[in-house]
Amino acid sequence: MTGYLIRRVGQAIVVVFGVVLLTFILSRIIPGGAARAALGPKATPLQIHTFNVANHYNVSIYQQFWIYCWDIVRHFYLGYSYKYNQSVVSLIEGRIPKTLVLVGLSTLFALIVAIPLGVLQVVRRNTPVDYILTGASFVGYAMPAFLLGELLILWFAIDLHWFQFEAPQSTSVIGILSDPAGLVLPIFSLAALTIAAFSRYMRSSMMEALTEDYIRTARAKGASPTRVLFRHALRNALIPIITLLGLTLPAIVGGAIITETVFNYPGMGLLTTNAATQNDVPLLIGTTFIAAIATVVGNLIADVLYAVVDPRVRYA
Amino acid sequence: MSAGAAVEPGAPGPAPAGGEAQQQVSGGLTLQLFRVFAENRLAVLGAAVIVLMVLFCFLGPVFYHTNQTNTQKALLTAPANAPPSSKYPLGTDESGFDMLGRIMYGGQISLEVGFAAAGIATLLGVLVGAVSGFFGGVVDTLLMRFVDVLLSVPLLYLLIVLAVIFHPSVEILILVIGLTAWLVPARLVRGETLSLRVREFVQAVRVMGGGGGRIVLRHIIPNTIGTIIVNATFQVADAILLLAALGFIGLGVPSPKTDWGSMISVGVNYADSGDWWEIYPTGLAIVLIVVAFNFVGDALRDAFEVRLQRR
Repeated sequence: MTGYLIRRVGQAIVVVFGVVLLTFILSRIIPGGAARAALGPKATPLQIHTFNVANHYNVSIYQQFWIYCWDIVRHFYLGYSYKYNQSVVSLIEGRIPKTLVLVGLSTLFALIVAIPLGVLQVVRRNTPVDYILTGASFVGYAMPAFLLGELLILWFAIDLHWFQFEAPQSTSVIGILSDPAGLVLPIFSLAALTIAAFSRYMRSSMMEALTEDYIRTARAKGASPTRVLFRHALRNALIPIITLLGLTLPAIVGGAIITETVFNYPGMGLLTTNAATQNDVPLLIGTTFIAAIATVVGNLIADVLYAVVDPRVRYA
Repeated sequence: MSAGAAVEPGAPGPAPAGGEAQQQVSGGLTLQLFRVFAENRLAVLGAAVIVLMVLFCFLGPVFYHTNQTNTQKALLTAPANAPPSSKYPLGTDESGFDMLGRIMYGGQISLEVGFAAAGIATLLGVLVGAVSGFFGGVVDTLLMRFVDVLLSVPLLYLLIVLAVIFHPSVEILILVIGLTAWLVPARLVRGETLSLRVREFVQAVRVMGGGGGRIVLRHIIPNTIGTIIVNATFQVADAILLLAALGFIGLGVPSPKTDWGSMISVGVNYADSGDWWEIYPTGLAIVLIVVAFNFVGDALRDAFEVRLQRR
């Protein structure tokens, strides 16, 4: 286990370094230069020169990269937003927990809904229930997240008045959590795609598990159909869900941008769309960096969990 | 409508790959492929929807003339946010553009971007995957670590940064989506290449003096065609959805051009006050085309699997 852990962490560190390199490249490829983008088209040559010196744009590209890495490692400095006149980290900081809450709760919700749905489809396979759920998951795949969010607002907030049309606007995580009714629609709309993907996966992986030899053995030994289904098939079909969760994480984190924008949820995704409309490139690169790091960490946790659950991985 | 379906799996069928022996049976296999595909009613339905939607968007404006480019004229001559009527079958939007015509007009761009971006992503992914898998070693390690890095960045974040840095236009959107979506095909093709490169026919080419480039382009890639086509089908659906998401955020094609996502983004403001026609028909168009591509992709995957089994 220790060997596997060390190898996997080493791999994650390589990817993190790659992410740093990628965000560095993104911050240097702005057409016309970063100075022009930050100071606007009316900046004088002197202003641009001063900007370039202050931000070390006047040294060689290798030195620039070295300074960029060092700033991140030493001060966790990710750049400066000229639109907000604030450091990028100070802008993102307070929003990370809120996005984590949204992503975490909707992933949890997706699992709670998708696993029983998949099992139900296997139990009732090739019946109308199965067909309807398969059809629903196809539509779930094809429905743009923003459209679903807007429709939910239209139906359940504006027409029926069941929920607010906006997510809780509190500045603290506790404030947001203390208003669960306001979280229902955002969580559901972010979870929809994951539910569609996971339930389809559960259905096919349960069907596959049911053809395995150990299922035949269990049946031969006289285990009841329920026991075979839940103790033998389900438990084995569940293991790969952990990997699938790790793989879906980037899509969920990315999807949070849309959900937060639709519901005006004050997280990192909303900050990103605001930055996009204001052409705030340093802030965009900062949120991209944080989102990527969060994904790498999430994937690492998923892989370690997988090794804990399935001993075959550890010794491979 | 089955004629439309026949083109897709049929076109790349006779691969020049395995020499004459394979080419002789290839026609039969393509036929088999088509038969399995045609038996799947959902797939035929999906193919029909795709063909109809393409005809609707690209040929529709020939028969149904509307002004979709002159904002000033639209504002002056047509009522804004008008409900559906005999003159405007699906009403008008906030600028007075006819919605039915606008769905065609926006659909052209959504479909163009979808097909072109999927094409770029597939081409790039196939090349990277085949080269990486075939040559192995340092090349493979470097390319696959690069893929790992890009896969760990949530796609939408990367797309938004690139779209903002380079300012969205149709060409930039195609490039940005295409150049970020090739990771999955690269991994798939690499996996297949790893098993193909040790097969006898590759060794035979080597013995006859065929170089690495020739083996990859003429022998490895044609043999992964099933995987490539299936994935490309899903890529089109994904690209259409990604463009819609960018359009919703305000990073779609700049006005007066439009795409389906941008149209919904505009229409949503009025749908809140009951103007349903500004989002429902456009939303339906997106969902329909994406479901259709997914149906076709699933059926093609089944068809290729069956073909491989019978081989």
